[in-house]
Amino acid sequence: MKKLKLWLILSMIICLFLSDQVLSSGKGDKVSSEKFHEFNINRPDLWPEPTSYAGHIPVYEKFSNIEPMFHLDNDTTYIINFWATWCKPCLEELPYLEEVNEKYKKDKIKVILCSLDFPKQIESKLLPFVEKKKLKSTVVVLLDGNFNEWIDKVSNEWSGAIPVTYIYNGNKKYFADAPFHSTQELEEIIKPFILNNNLN
Amino acid sequence: MKKLLLISMSLVLVSFTGQSAKDVGSVKKTTEATEITGVKVGEKAPYFKLKNIDGKEYSFKNIMDGNGNKPKGYIVIFTCNTCPVAKANEQRIIQLHEKYASKGYPVVAIQPNDPDVVPGDSFNAMKTNAKEKGFEFLYLFDDGQEIFPKYGATKTPEVYLVDSNLTVRYHGAIDDNARDEEGVKEKFLENAIMSIEKGQDPKPETTKAVGCGIKTS
Repeated sequence: MKKLKLWLILSMIICLFLSDQVLSSGKGDKVSSEKFHEFNINRPDLWPEPTSYAGHIPVYEKFSNIEPMFHLDNDTTYIINFWATWCKPCLEELPYLEEVNEKYKKDKIKVILCSLDFPKQIESKLLPFVEKKKLKSTVVVLLDGNFNEWIDKVSNEWSGAIPVTYIYNGNKKYFADAPFHSTQELEEIIKPFILNNNLN
Repeated sequence: MKKLLLISMSLVLVSFTGQSAKDVGSVKKTTEATEITGVKVGEKAPYFKLKNIDGKEYSFKNIMDGNGNKPKGYIVIFTCNTCPVAKANEQRIIQLHEKYASKGYPVVAIQPNDPDVVPGDSFNAMKTNAKEKGFEFLYLFDDGQEIFPKYGATKTPEVYLVDSNLTVRYHGAIDDNARDEEGVKEKFLENAIMSIEKGQDPKPETTKAVGCGIKTS
């Protein structure tokens, strides 16, 4: 009888220990997978390291430095807009991009505003502008002036005029070679990207 | 057995609908606006007859080189007063005309923006800008914005090098750094002129650079 009791207690302890193990390991998995998920969204491992910073804004010297930003392989839809503070139609469409960036955050949409401002005007024009407008989208600077070397790497449909917007999610791509005239116009374009994302 | 078949069939169906929904989500490759038509290298340069800032009209028939002779080629540049990239290229355009007009290749600048959209590019503003900067070349106004689409120009500045047979031989940028003259390493347009002079085809025959979209209403 005593032996049986001992066995019972022992097995209970083992059970408890095991269940705790299983539970905690389960929890652990969950946490790490969540972490992995977050990690996956932002891909800090693949997000290109800037050459320098202007204020808080990452600056990329050469297109090759920023190129990984056009090939991030995760479930985020990247909307990369080429603009400059000197480009009037660019400034006119900025509010639409900003709105989409805010509105679709939960849908893993990320707007990147890639400035092609004159290198000499980054501090004097771009920074004050970003500050004044309180831009929420991710602003980056690309200094590479050898456009002929890299324009086709973004899209061979791009003539060189700005603004243009390159949208991608994995292998799905869209190139808009003209400014958007409303938030709705941009929403229509990104709809299939979100739809695909939800199905995946 | 029948039940199993039904289940597997419905499974197949479900996977199919999933697939078609995915197809619906597939993305259109291009926008309508990307269908740029225009002249290609090797094709005839579209005809124009446009008013210069001196009030006279010019076409390939009456444009002369720096020595008053029939040109060996024409450096046709779509440019304007207002675009910061065009402005960054003004001195380069002035120098190109200084250097090549007497060698048979005059600059023919064409302003394509609609002044109703960009008042700074009005005919009067063109005259003022040319006077201030000392433009020695023709500065024509694409009144009605009919010529630039025939060329397929999309931005300022944008160059078309046309030879004496009125064939487009080179199209694109002046050089490899549209924003900053000090950073220029390769002078695409000048190299193209030298190639023509040698009886060769320019290489590259097309290039790209950032510029301001041409403004129309």
